[in-house]
Amino acid sequence: MSDATSEVLLRARGLRAAYSVDAGEVVAVDDVSLEVRKGEVLGVAGESGCGKSTLAAVLSLTARPPLFVQAGELEVEGRRLDLGPDTSPPRTWRGEVVSLLPQGAMNSLNPTVRIRDFVVDIVRAHQPKAKRDEAIDRARERLEQLDLPRCVLDCYPHQLSGGMKQRVVTVVSALLDPRLLIADEPTSALDVSSQRVLIEMLKEMLARDIIGSVIFVTHDLPVLNTIADRIAIMYAGQIAEVGATREVIDRPRHPYSAALLSSVLVPEPAIRRRRVTGIPGSPPSLLNPPSGCRFHPRCSLASETCRTEAPPRAGDERRYSRCWWASRHPDQTVEVTA
Amino acid sequence: MTASKEEVLDRQVDGRPAPLLEARHLTRVFGHGKTAVRAVDDVSFTLGRQEVVTIVGESGSGKSTLARMVLRLLDPTSGTIHLDGRDVTRLRGKALRTYWQEVQAVFQDPFSSFNQFFTVRRLLRRSLRLTGATTDEAGEALIAQALEHVGLTPAEVLDKWPHQLSGGQRQRVMIARALMLRPRLLVADEATSMLDASLRANILNVLTDARQAYDMTILFITHDIGQACYVSDRVLVMCQGKLVEQGPVDEVIFSPRHDYTRRLLADVPRLHAVS
Amino acid sequence: MRMVRFTPRFWISLAVFSVVVAFGVFGPMVAGDKLGEGVGGLYDPPSAQAWLGTDDLGHDIFTNLMFGTRTSLVIGFVAGAFATVIGVVVGLLAGYHGGRVEEALMGVTNVALAIPAIVVLILLSVALDFRSIVTMALVIAITSWPWTARAVRAQTSSVRTREHLDVARLSGAGTWNILLWDVLPYLMSYICMAFVLQISSAILAEAGLSLLGLGPSDSVSLGIMLNWALVGESLRTGAWWAFVPPTVLLTLIAFTLLMLQSSLDQVFNPRLRGGRRRPGLASLTPQTGVGLDVRGEEGGER
Repeated sequence: MSDATSEVLLRARGLRAAYSVDAGEVVAVDDVSLEVRKGEVLGVAGESGCGKSTLAAVLSLTARPPLFVQAGELEVEGRRLDLGPDTSPPRTWRGEVVSLLPQGAMNSLNPTVRIRDFVVDIVRAHQPKAKRDEAIDRARERLEQLDLPRCVLDCYPHQLSGGMKQRVVTVVSALLDPRLLIADEPTSALDVSSQRVLIEMLKEMLARDIIGSVIFVTHDLPVLNTIADRIAIMYAGQIAEVGATREVIDRPRHPYSAALLSSVLVPEPAIRRRRVTGIPGSPPSLLNPPSGCRFHPRCSLASETCRTEAPPRAGDERRYSRCWWASRHPDQTVEVTA
Repeated sequence: MTASKEEVLDRQVDGRPAPLLEARHLTRVFGHGKTAVRAVDDVSFTLGRQEVVTIVGESGSGKSTLARMVLRLLDPTSGTIHLDGRDVTRLRGKALRTYWQEVQAVFQDPFSSFNQFFTVRRLLRRSLRLTGATTDEAGEALIAQALEHVGLTPAEVLDKWPHQLSGGQRQRVMIARALMLRPRLLVADEATSMLDASLRANILNVLTDARQAYDMTILFITHDIGQACYVSDRVLVMCQGKLVEQGPVDEVIFSPRHDYTRRLLADVPRLHAVS
Repeated sequence: MRMVRFTPRFWISLAVFSVVVAFGVFGPMVAGDKLGEGVGGLYDPPSAQAWLGTDDLGHDIFTNLMFGTRTSLVIGFVAGAFATVIGVVVGLLAGYHGGRVEEALMGVTNVALAIPAIVVLILLSVALDFRSIVTMALVIAITSWPWTARAVRAQTSSVRTREHLDVARLSGAGTWNILLWDVLPYLMSYICMAFVLQISSAILAEAGLSLLGLGPSDSVSLGIMLNWALVGESLRTGAWWAFVPPTVLLTLIAFTLLMLQSSLDQVFNPRLRGGRRRPGLASLTPQTGVGLDVRGEEGGER
């Protein structure tokens, strides 16, 4: 795991990306800045439609029309890349510097193609001159390293269990040793036992430096509790709160984070005694987001300023909350009813 | 992980009147000979009136197959189901329609549960044929009442197409469709799995609130043991087609006896350290 | 209903086909009385009075062409409609019920498919004393419905497992109600494409039969024109205007319908429309791209 002194692997500044739709422009990622250290797992959590999957696409350089990246700056291990509507990322970045493990990847495997042929396809997509045998050997070595059976290479997808498929797809997405792996909802479709095994595998990959860091996108906060070092909570295209996992979970400083935490259903006695209500209302349409703080229509701590002015960042770079209440009550925690 | 036959731990709750539903030795086999799969293997349980029971299991446990048998969308290979003392195991035709006046369901996928070519109004009107409503006004009133009960404004959703509604709204419409028929038993098959965590509690509350208002028994099917803990009176744990443990929530979840249940609970990610 | 986007290919093929249809529909209305009229000598070359010359009976080939197109199109549509309807009904029942019903219906379908169509067509045509347009259409439909039935059955089987059918059954809907409202709409795009192909193959089948002298007994069709061209030895005498126009028109119709069908495929299947595909694992991303509901509401996909 990382500590405060390990170097910064990813620095993303001012990311802005929008979908071009008939009704106009939907800004799904609005001025997002992130920092990930080497060996660290950053969790990105939020409800559907908050823009976390779009953020994954932008960071992994896989955005394609109707999604357009409008602005931003990426720096991975010193290498800088400016993003914009006219720039296209260099071919070598995708897969080798940043790699995306897309949502639902395990269900998109071609059922008529064996895993080893799939591996070759993926490697060739990033390195057209790669030799077939080399690619397969590389995959075999990697599987051995991670204690996965080598025979999966000979299998068809339907012969593998859900958990195994997801692990295979994860290994393949990291085959070219990317510095940053962005995993979009990798555990959503899995049983809890497969989830646990996948998370352990990711930790192993980090320990062996197969991947430098992980950005783990999900809506499931308890899962982040088991793997993430830091958590960023996203709402309506912006980062509402960010900080170390224990900090955000035990001492949240944004009403939205507290509301999310209050609506988690865990098998504990306390939950039998109270009524869990979830968050009233629904996430705003990004075509026309609310004025001021985007969360104010659903916030129990909203004040007049919240309705009209966008809130500042309260806190420092590594631990902040974008909230008026938080800036007026430094060092105070929003109450989580649990 | 195999479950041994002897270890079906059954703790009866005393003092209940006659159960609403009784399933005895339900079995369902797919395929023949060597490739036969026992999706559900000798499962027996009862559901009491106004009870909330959850069947918990991972994928491949057979819980959805069991749900389909209870809903009579699938025939059991062997075993019986009794609703209110009547044998409903092999119903057909008109008798099946009568059964569906008493047993209804909400399914997992709020998108594919909808016919993309129907508006909400059309979907709900279709169910009117099973209700007692004889006039148009009575039907409209029934629909409006059910929608309001699930927290939707009829004027806002009735003329919408499914793709114009959010996932949470769609699930509520599905619940309204089921509640309209005033069923005795509602089967919710992974009804919240495809919704965000922050929405799940709301939907669960809608269902459990309806329990008393509609004098309804609810059977939840889920892989989410946290959800089971929140809503249920009793929990049934399934593993590879067999029922390995059942009993009140407090006992099964907080002092599990079967190895599988213990492992399942240990693997569930928590927010805080387990004490 | 969400609107589908029509592609350029669709509009072009539709336009060309409309021109052909207009030619076949309005042409005869304008030249109604000129059919069968001798306008010149035998096999006169194209001139101001006869734009495409005359055939071996002195009739105007251009007029023949208009009437011939009309007959061919009518037979094509009617046969296509018959074949599609029969195929859809058989396919729906087989696909929905499964089990023994499916086995029985598919057994019949497969046998029908195995028998060479041309043999059946010839035998049936010969057996009929008088072949009207509708009779011919029926004969052609009898040999082409199995193909549609098989395809529709496969599609129905896949729709059958969808949850909205369970919801329909739980709402008390009967089998026919479900087939009509819950299954058929999902097959419509496929049925449209199949119908277009059926028309095309029916027109060509009619041309083939007519060429053999087994065409409609009292009308002119494109195939009959070809038959006359052969019988009248126009090839030997070099009267190209007798066989080239019907051939061109037949080819045009078949080609346009094929283009129309493939453009419908593009319309209903946005992925075929073109545009770059990114390499790598991201190409595994499901059709919806990054899975974001752009309206910002809680969507079915997270």
